[in-house]
Amino acid sequence: MSLLDALADRDRVFDFLVPAASPVDVRHGPILYLEDVNVSFDGFKAIDNLNLTINDGELRCIIGPNGAGKTTMMDIITGKTRPDSGEVWFGSRHNLLTKSEPEVASLGIGRKFQKPTVFEALSVFDNLELAMAADKRVLPTLAEKLSGEQRSRIDEVLETIGLETLRSRQAGILSHGQKQWLEIGMLLMQRPRLLLVDEPVAGMTEQEMERTAELLTSLAGKQSVVVVEHDMGFVRSIARQVTVLHQGSVLAEGTMDQVSNDSRVIEVYLGAEEEA
Amino acid sequence: MTSSTAITALPSRASNSAMSPSGMWLTRPFTERSTRLFLGVLTLALALVTVLHLALPEGHALHVSSYTVTLLGKYLCYALLAVAVDLVWGYLGILSLGHGAFFALGGYAMGMYLMRQIGDRGVYGDPVLPDFMVFLNWDSLPWFWHGFDMAGFAFLMVLLAPGLLALVFGFLAFRSRVTGVYLSIITQALTFALMLAFFRNEMGFGGNNGLTDFRELLGFDLRSDATRLGLFLASGVALALGYVVCRGIVASKLGRVCVASRDAEARVRFLGYRVERVQLFVFVVSAMLAGVAGSLYVPQVGIINPSEFSPLFSIEVVVWVALGGRGTLYGAVIGAVLVNYAKTVFTGVMPDAWLFALGGLFVVVTVLLPKGIAGLMTRRSKPDNPTSLKEATP
Repeated sequence: MSLLDALADRDRVFDFLVPAASPVDVRHGPILYLEDVNVSFDGFKAIDNLNLTINDGELRCIIGPNGAGKTTMMDIITGKTRPDSGEVWFGSRHNLLTKSEPEVASLGIGRKFQKPTVFEALSVFDNLELAMAADKRVLPTLAEKLSGEQRSRIDEVLETIGLETLRSRQAGILSHGQKQWLEIGMLLMQRPRLLLVDEPVAGMTEQEMERTAELLTSLAGKQSVVVVEHDMGFVRSIARQVTVLHQGSVLAEGTMDQVSNDSRVIEVYLGAEEEA
Repeated sequence: MTSSTAITALPSRASNSAMSPSGMWLTRPFTERSTRLFLGVLTLALALVTVLHLALPEGHALHVSSYTVTLLGKYLCYALLAVAVDLVWGYLGILSLGHGAFFALGGYAMGMYLMRQIGDRGVYGDPVLPDFMVFLNWDSLPWFWHGFDMAGFAFLMVLLAPGLLALVFGFLAFRSRVTGVYLSIITQALTFALMLAFFRNEMGFGGNNGLTDFRELLGFDLRSDATRLGLFLASGVALALGYVVCRGIVASKLGRVCVASRDAEARVRFLGYRVERVQLFVFVVSAMLAGVAGSLYVPQVGIINPSEFSPLFSIEVVVWVALGGRGTLYGAVIGAVLVNYAKTVFTGVMPDAWLFALGGLFVVVTVLLPKGIAGLMTRRSKPDNPTSLKEATP
């Protein structure tokens, strides 16, 4: 096809024609769309023809045994790992495969890591401040000063995550569960359209787990949430839709009941877990 | 003292919320107790030396000689260089083993200006060409020597030459996400390569003799006591300004982004910050400060030669910072002044023992005072203060 034909082709939207800051287009339903994604590391197929669609406002749980490709999938969505083939779209406008990590983040995708990663040398308050949605270029960051509105936004989140009394303490001294909460708080500060949450309740007490479940369910609807979790009890308490990953592709999808009655799922995952 | 670390800057930030936002990052340090204390001590020291030098007669026991004034001026230049290194090492986690290169480039820019100021008073009496060019039978100035007869241009180059080198080097290194030991090694290679290049006569910077035999700076005779005192005071002012600029960056939100990317770089990216640009900005600022330090150093010692590029010198600077206490800025100043004073004393008393003493000091401090001399001070004032730095993450 000649260049002229390519330009005349109205079906195709060139990347450079799409304004970088354009809003996420979810008119067609999905906010996240992965098609035929493949990744291999040194011959090992970590992701094998993965297809996944997350709708706007949905709360989706992703489960799967170790090595199923859950974290790799998050890496691909957030721009850390580039797939060998396939497509990843955020809304119907933003091709995530052309974006770097900071670009993906500023489009409105927030990520909580498996191992809680907070800035240990900074105070709880500062951690939230850094995560806050703002102009994140170098010079504006240098000149930035907190407005009263931003301050109360941080206070609000501090209250949500139950760390008001620890606001000026260093994040490094927090307990494991508190760090998990702080990181969830940092996600909230980003005001993302899509939250990717990797094992949010690892190391939490039963009570903390309940609060986390409450929080995540309350977010759904306003924001889309994708939770990767091992704890089946927790998944059961929040999930409406569950996707089971196995060897890098989707094994089953449906409600928790449907999925847990699926014979293949029982074989690769639930069965294995019960034996163990 | 504790309010001088980025972590505990919270209360001071709250207190100046009434100030105007434009340029506030530069005025913020003046509201901090630690910065005021630092500037106060520095001003006192400068005033004391000036008074003791001018008011007391030469034979008096407390008289500060012109030689000592210049020596102290040299320490102040080293202190500014150490502050620049601490900015990138202590707050950004980039262990630069090549900051001597930026120091030397600033020094060379100043040296070129001073050479052009000699005019026809050189040994060969050529009105334009510096002596070494006449000696090498060159018949015209190399293109890059033009403009250095103008003070304004030369002083601009003091900032731009190191700044540009840092910009290009940092752009390539940070874009490729070179960090840790690898970055340290290539900064070391950078300064080593420059040293070899500047040793060559064909480079046009005087080869291994460097630039020397300076006479005047802005019309002031470099050999006069008044000029020496002026240079000493100028070094003090440069140190104060450099300190305020660094403190301004460190106490801003950008400073907290620096500390965050020092400890968890990937996480900062996922928050939407372009870490490589933050690193580049701070690295360039630091290189420029190092350049300023070099430019004030050269007229005081009277010579600039390629040995300033030597990798050993850059490593020594890191030792000063480590001794004084990394990630505090004022610790870098303390370290630079103390080590260099010790060096002056030692090399006078027993020259052979100096390197052993330096090595021993470094080992002792690393083992007994992991946070340097500054750590000793904060520990005393607030015993339960949790560690502000992850240990040993270059």
